[in-house]
Amino acid sequence: MAQATLPPEVLDDAKARRYNADAAGLGRLRAGAFVAPALVLISLFLVFPALWVLYLSLSNYRLTGAAAAAPQSVGFDNFVKALTDPEFWSSTWLTFEFVLGSAVIGQVVLGFLIAWIMRDRTGPIKRIVEGLVILAWILPSAVVSFLWVALLDRDGGTLNTLLHAQDFAPLLDHPMLSIIVFNIWRGAAFSMMLYGAALGNVPPSHLESARLAGASGWQQLRDVVFPHIRGHVLTNLLLISLWTFNDFTPFLLTAGGPDGKTEVLSVHVYQVALQGGELGYGAAVSTVILLINLVVAVFYLRLLRSKK
Amino acid sequence: MSAIELRGLTKVYPGGVKALDSLDLTIPDGEFFALLGPSGCGKTTLLRTIAGLETATGGAVVIGGRDVTGVQPGGRDIAMVFQDYALFPHMDVTDNIAYPLRIKKVARSTREQKAAEVGARLGLDKLMDRRPGQLSGGQQQRVALARVMATQAQAFLFDEPLSNLDARLRLEARTFLKKLQHELGVTTVFVTHDQAEALAMADRMAVMESGHIRQIGTPAEVFQRPANTFVAGFIGSTPMNLLDGVVRGDTVEVADCKLAVPQSAEGLLRDGEKIVYGVRPEYNGYSAEPVDGSLVGKVSIVENLGASYLVTLDVNGVPVQAVVPEGHEPALGDEGYALPRRDRALIYRDGELVSA
Repeated sequence: MAQATLPPEVLDDAKARRYNADAAGLGRLRAGAFVAPALVLISLFLVFPALWVLYLSLSNYRLTGAAAAAPQSVGFDNFVKALTDPEFWSSTWLTFEFVLGSAVIGQVVLGFLIAWIMRDRTGPIKRIVEGLVILAWILPSAVVSFLWVALLDRDGGTLNTLLHAQDFAPLLDHPMLSIIVFNIWRGAAFSMMLYGAALGNVPPSHLESARLAGASGWQQLRDVVFPHIRGHVLTNLLLISLWTFNDFTPFLLTAGGPDGKTEVLSVHVYQVALQGGELGYGAAVSTVILLINLVVAVFYLRLLRSKK
Repeated sequence: MSAIELRGLTKVYPGGVKALDSLDLTIPDGEFFALLGPSGCGKTTLLRTIAGLETATGGAVVIGGRDVTGVQPGGRDIAMVFQDYALFPHMDVTDNIAYPLRIKKVARSTREQKAAEVGARLGLDKLMDRRPGQLSGGQQQRVALARVMATQAQAFLFDEPLSNLDARLRLEARTFLKKLQHELGVTTVFVTHDQAEALAMADRMAVMESGHIRQIGTPAEVFQRPANTFVAGFIGSTPMNLLDGVVRGDTVEVADCKLAVPQSAEGLLRDGEKIVYGVRPEYNGYSAEPVDGSLVGKVSIVENLGASYLVTLDVNGVPVQAVVPEGHEPALGDEGYALPRRDRALIYRDGELVSA
C-alpha cells in the first residue's frame, strides 16, 4: 500500500511546484506574448523618454542653433548650473509654498471638512455640495483657468465688479495666494471623496461609545476618527503632494509672473527649456524634480509602513 | 445607581416607521432587566433611546429621578456595552478601560490605578498592555465590561452582550454576567433576541413586539403565565401548544378530545365560546396507557432533547407536543395520551390570557 501511495504524492508535489511557478499554465513564451504589447507601450512612452531626458541633461542640447544640430556632452555642468542658480532655488521654494498651502493644508483640510460635515446627511443639499465640488475637479484646465482669470482680472473682473473696487488685481498683487486658492478650489474634490469613503469605514459604535463617554466633537475626531483613517490621510497626502508638485495649471493663470513670483518648478522647466530654448539645462532641472518627487514618495511610504 | 423610568416614550423614524409606541416602563434600582423580542420589535431602539443615541419623538426618559430626555448621551451618566464591544484598536487594554475617565479629565495615575483595579477584578491583569486585536472574543467582552465598570455610571446598558461569543463561551459569560451584575448592584438593561438568555439572566424582563411591550414580569411569570399568545409562542425553547378549542360546560373540547378547564380559568368561561387552549410540552404529561381527559393521538415525530424527548402526537390532524423523560420515549406510530397539568394549562380568549 505504501508503495502504491507514493507516486501520486510525488506527482502532487511536482504539480504544486509547477503551480507556484506558473499559475496560468501558459508557459514562459505564451505568457510573455500576453505582456508584450503593454511592455512595448510603456517602453516607448515612459522608459525611453525618461532615459532620453537623462541623456539630454548631460548635453548642451538647444531648441535651435548649432547645439541643436550637434549637441555635445557637457558632463554634470547642467546640474551644477541648476544647483547654483538662485532662480532654481526660488522656484523650489515657491513650489514648496504652493504644495504646502494648496495641497497639504488647503485641499486636505477643506476636503476633510466637507466630508465630515456631509457624512450623515442625505438628500439634495449633499448632492448639490458634492456635485459642485466635483465639477471644479472634472472641468478641463483650460476652461477653469479662463474662468478664474475672468473672476480675478483687474479690468472688469467679476470680483472687482462685485466688490465695486477699481484697481483690485489679485493676480498681480497676491499671485501666490491666488494660485493657492485656485488650486484648493480645484482639487478639494479628490480629498473630499477619499475622506468620505474613509469616514464610512469608521465603525458607528466606536463614535457612539466615545459620545457616551462624553467626548466632544474634537475628542471624537482625535480618539476615534483619526486613528481609523490615518492610512487614508497619508495616501491622500502622498497623491496630492505629488500631483500639486508637478501641476502646470498655475501657468495658465499667471504664466509664472508677475516677476517670477509664481514660477513653480514645472513652470520654471517650461520657461528655461521651451521659452529659453535650453533643452539640456531643462532636462537637468526635470531630473532634479524627479529626484525630489522620489524623496517625497519614499517619505510618505515610510510613514505608511511605520503604522504596522 | 438608580431607577430608570420611561413615560409615554415614542420614537418615529423619518419615513414614518413607528419603532416605539408610547411605552411606559419602570426599572427599579439595581435590577437586571431584559428587553426581549424578535428582530425589528424595537428593543434596540428602546435601549438606544435610553442611552440618548436616538432622540425620542415623544415622552420622557428619567434616570435616577432626573429627566434626561433632552440631554446628550455623555451627560446621562450611563455606560453601554456595544454588540461589537467598540474597543479602540489603537489603544491598549488599560487605555481602553480608562478612556471614559480620560474624557472626564481624571488624572493619569488615578485612572490607570482604576483601570488596573477593574481589570484585575475581571481577570485581565496579565493582558493590560495588549491591543484589542490581540485578544479573544471573550477577553474583548471583559475589557468592554471593565470600561463600563470603571465609569461608575448610574446605569449600564448592554446591547446583545453575548451574541458575538461562540455557543460554549456564551453559557459561561451568561453565568459570569449575572454574578457580576448582582455583585455590583447597578441597574442594568440588556437587549437580547434569545429567550433562553433573557430567562436565565434577568431579574425581570419585557417582551416586545412591533414597538409595544406585550408583557413585563419575572422570567418565571413570563414562562408560566404568558399574558398573550404572542408571548406564549415566543418564550420557551420548545414552543407552547396553542390549540383551538370550544368550551362545553365544564370541559374544553380540543381536537375532538374533552379536557378539564385549567385552574386559572375556572368559572371564567362561557359555555360554547371559542378559545385557545395553551399548554407547554413540559407540562403535558405523556402516557402510553389511556387516561381520562387527555389528548389522544398517534406518535408522529420523536426528537431527542438530550435528557428528554420531544414527542409530537397527531391528535385528529392537530399536532400536539409533549416532553417525555429519557427511557420512556415511545416508538413512531404508537398510540399516546397527553394529559395537560391543570395547574399549568392556560386559556386564551382573543389572544389574551383568561385569568382572575
